[in-house]
Amino acid sequence: MLSYALRRIAVVLITLLAASAIVFAVLEIVPGDPARLMLGMNAGEDAIAALREQMGLNQPLLIRYFSWLGGLLSGDFGRSYTYSVPVIDLVRERLVVSLPLALMALFLSTAIAIPVGIFSASRRGTASDAGVMAATQLGIAIPNFWFALLLVYVFAVTLRLVPAGGFPGWQAGFWPALASLLLPAIALALPQAAILSRVTRSALLDVMGEDYIRTARAKGLPANIVLWRHALRNALIPVLTILGLQFSFLLAGTIIIENVFYLPGLGRLVFQAITQRDLIVVESVVVLLVATVIIVNFLVDLAYAWADPRLRRR
Amino acid sequence: MIPIIRSILAGAAFALALTTSAFAARTDLTLAIQLEPPHLDPTAGAAGAIDDVTYANIFQGLTRIGSNGAVQPDLAESWTLSDDGLVYTFKLHDGVKFHDGTALDAGDVVFSLDRARADDSTNAQKALFAAIESVEAVDDLTVKVTLSHPQGSFLYNMGWGDAVIVAPESADTNKEKPVGTGPFKFDTWAKGSSVTLVKNPDYWGDPVALDKATFRFISDPAAATSALMAGDIQAFPAFPAPEAVAQFESDPRFSVVIGSTEGETILATNNGKPPFDNLKVRQAIAHAIDRQAIIDGAMFGFGTPIGSHFAPHNPAYEELVETYPYDPEMAKQLLAEAGYPDGFKATLKLPPPSYARRGGEIVAAQLREVGIDLEIIPVEWAQWLDQVFKAKDYDLTIVSHTEPNDIGIYARDDYYFDYHNQAFKDVMAKLDATANEDERYALLRQAQEIIAKDAVNGYLFQLPKIGIWDAKLQGLWHDMPLQADDLTGVSWKD
Repeated sequence: MLSYALRRIAVVLITLLAASAIVFAVLEIVPGDPARLMLGMNAGEDAIAALREQMGLNQPLLIRYFSWLGGLLSGDFGRSYTYSVPVIDLVRERLVVSLPLALMALFLSTAIAIPVGIFSASRRGTASDAGVMAATQLGIAIPNFWFALLLVYVFAVTLRLVPAGGFPGWQAGFWPALASLLLPAIALALPQAAILSRVTRSALLDVMGEDYIRTARAKGLPANIVLWRHALRNALIPVLTILGLQFSFLLAGTIIIENVFYLPGLGRLVFQAITQRDLIVVESVVVLLVATVIIVNFLVDLAYAWADPRLRRR
Repeated sequence: MIPIIRSILAGAAFALALTTSAFAARTDLTLAIQLEPPHLDPTAGAAGAIDDVTYANIFQGLTRIGSNGAVQPDLAESWTLSDDGLVYTFKLHDGVKFHDGTALDAGDVVFSLDRARADDSTNAQKALFAAIESVEAVDDLTVKVTLSHPQGSFLYNMGWGDAVIVAPESADTNKEKPVGTGPFKFDTWAKGSSVTLVKNPDYWGDPVALDKATFRFISDPAAATSALMAGDIQAFPAFPAPEAVAQFESDPRFSVVIGSTEGETILATNNGKPPFDNLKVRQAIAHAIDRQAIIDGAMFGFGTPIGSHFAPHNPAYEELVETYPYDPEMAKQLLAEAGYPDGFKATLKLPPPSYARRGGEIVAAQLREVGIDLEIIPVEWAQWLDQVFKAKDYDLTIVSHTEPNDIGIYARDDYYFDYHNQAFKDVMAKLDATANEDERYALLRQAQEIIAKDAVNGYLFQLPKIGIWDAKLQGLWHDMPLQADDLTGVSWKD
């Protein structure tokens, strides 16, 4: 067990190190000089050189890489070139938007998808199953930014129930902040729910074809108990895998939705940092996200073990 | 604990304000700008968004540029110029205080100008200060600036956002917490979301009508439209979605004001690279361009055609649109004369703004009509600056030059147009040394003609400023003589 844990940690560290090296190298190759971008078209070469010096861009590549890496290890993520504040502060400010948004969207999508998937599987081949399948197909096909615009038009512009976008900050109060995240969470959740309900349905149907289900039925258990006690739990593994992937996506892959609702989230921070060549922010946030994905995967693994006791012994 | 007390107090004050001013006009404003400023120090960055927030609101200079583009006194209440045109003596306003409570004196002016022109300066417009030889404080409120040669544009230069006066105590922290002398103080910056300014109660000049102004950052054109429609914001002074203007024009809740900017949108041409080094080829391109079609297609009809690198609202403007009128047959003939009867292939690099991406498609279609086959290459700004602007690795590109009065760039040898014309340089040198207004206008007209005739670039249109705001709001700038959202004259009608 211990050697397993150590192996696991070693793999995590190597993955992180590789990610840091790759993102650093890629950003070195991408054309664009942060100092020139900051000072614009009328700036003289001497001013640009002075700013490069100030930003520490004139140091050799390897020295910059290792000093950044050393900082990461001691918890110092460096200072943003453009904002000139510590990167960790920027990330923290964005996380208070992105994390609740991701959790809300995940909660909504799970709350919709699991019941819908079960319903659909238990009525396999009926008209209601076909109806649900058509609806989920539509949910996958509709681009979420278009759906977001539709939500804005109906609930913000016409009905004026919620703001059209922006985030007032949690200091503005719990409900105003939550209200501003509601439409984006719905827009994010619906396509995810569509995918998740299809996965739930097909996983359930797979399990329902297994021998032990037939055995359970044969010994006279009611269909309900068979479904809930025997089938569902075994069908959870693929559902958990998808959930883990979706959470990682929701945390950082929401740039478009964040743009539609002009939310100050993590996705927009990375996007802005890339266009402004705020390399240190991009590098640090990417490494953080890699770490998050690894941790989420680890938690999903733990959840497998919870769902399937046979996996605990491995 | 303290924040709680503060919010209770603020709440009480707010309630009090509500009861006492229930019938007074509104004093808060939420307006939007498209891009978030990287920081808030106008003396250390070129991003227009910095000036959007800070110019005239937080920071002030010796002079300032008014809504009509003219130079006005600001921190300097008056000045004199020596007979040889070399020594400006500025008299500063008495009783001006920075937001941190320190008084403004001549030493701060000396510090600011010396800092901007120092060797290690990171001022994005260092050229504005190039003519300064020395700056000295005569007494507490008098500053003497000595130039190395007479410079007609000096007072104008001192009105740029990059030339504002800062205090030595706060200069290093202005990026995060700007401390100026203006009628608004910096309050908070929610990164990625908004910057809030509040009224400066100790302001030395006429007090402003607004108590609080919040700048929100909304880059997506569709989001900008919904935010206005939903009433989340009350003004978008430089509205990014020309396609949505019609729906605001028909809505009585909004004022729509189409104004001008200093943005000459051009088809920039690499004059140093064959075949563009051939005047006939550049003339052919000029003849092949139908400006109105580009304005209609890319800007939904908003924009003024230009024939040279000069803003139409400028008093020295000369109408040169007809120098090379739209005439595809003439273009083909010129191409044949230049040795390209079957046209040629070239690239067109397009930066992200929609005027460039949309306009580029139309320009490419128009040039294809005369045989020039353009391959469109979309680039990011960082790439554009590196490849096109710095390395001159391009054939054609579309970009809007938004700096005011920037025709002088055509005299720069290292500039990315790669254009070299001694006659033009002579005109610019003469202009730099001329202070008389009529003579300056004559020289500027001459300069416009030279580059128009040389067809240095394809001159497309002047970028419009589409302003949309609540119909009850008054005092926002209609035009954009320089990048600014000056809120000093803004108020709500009762």
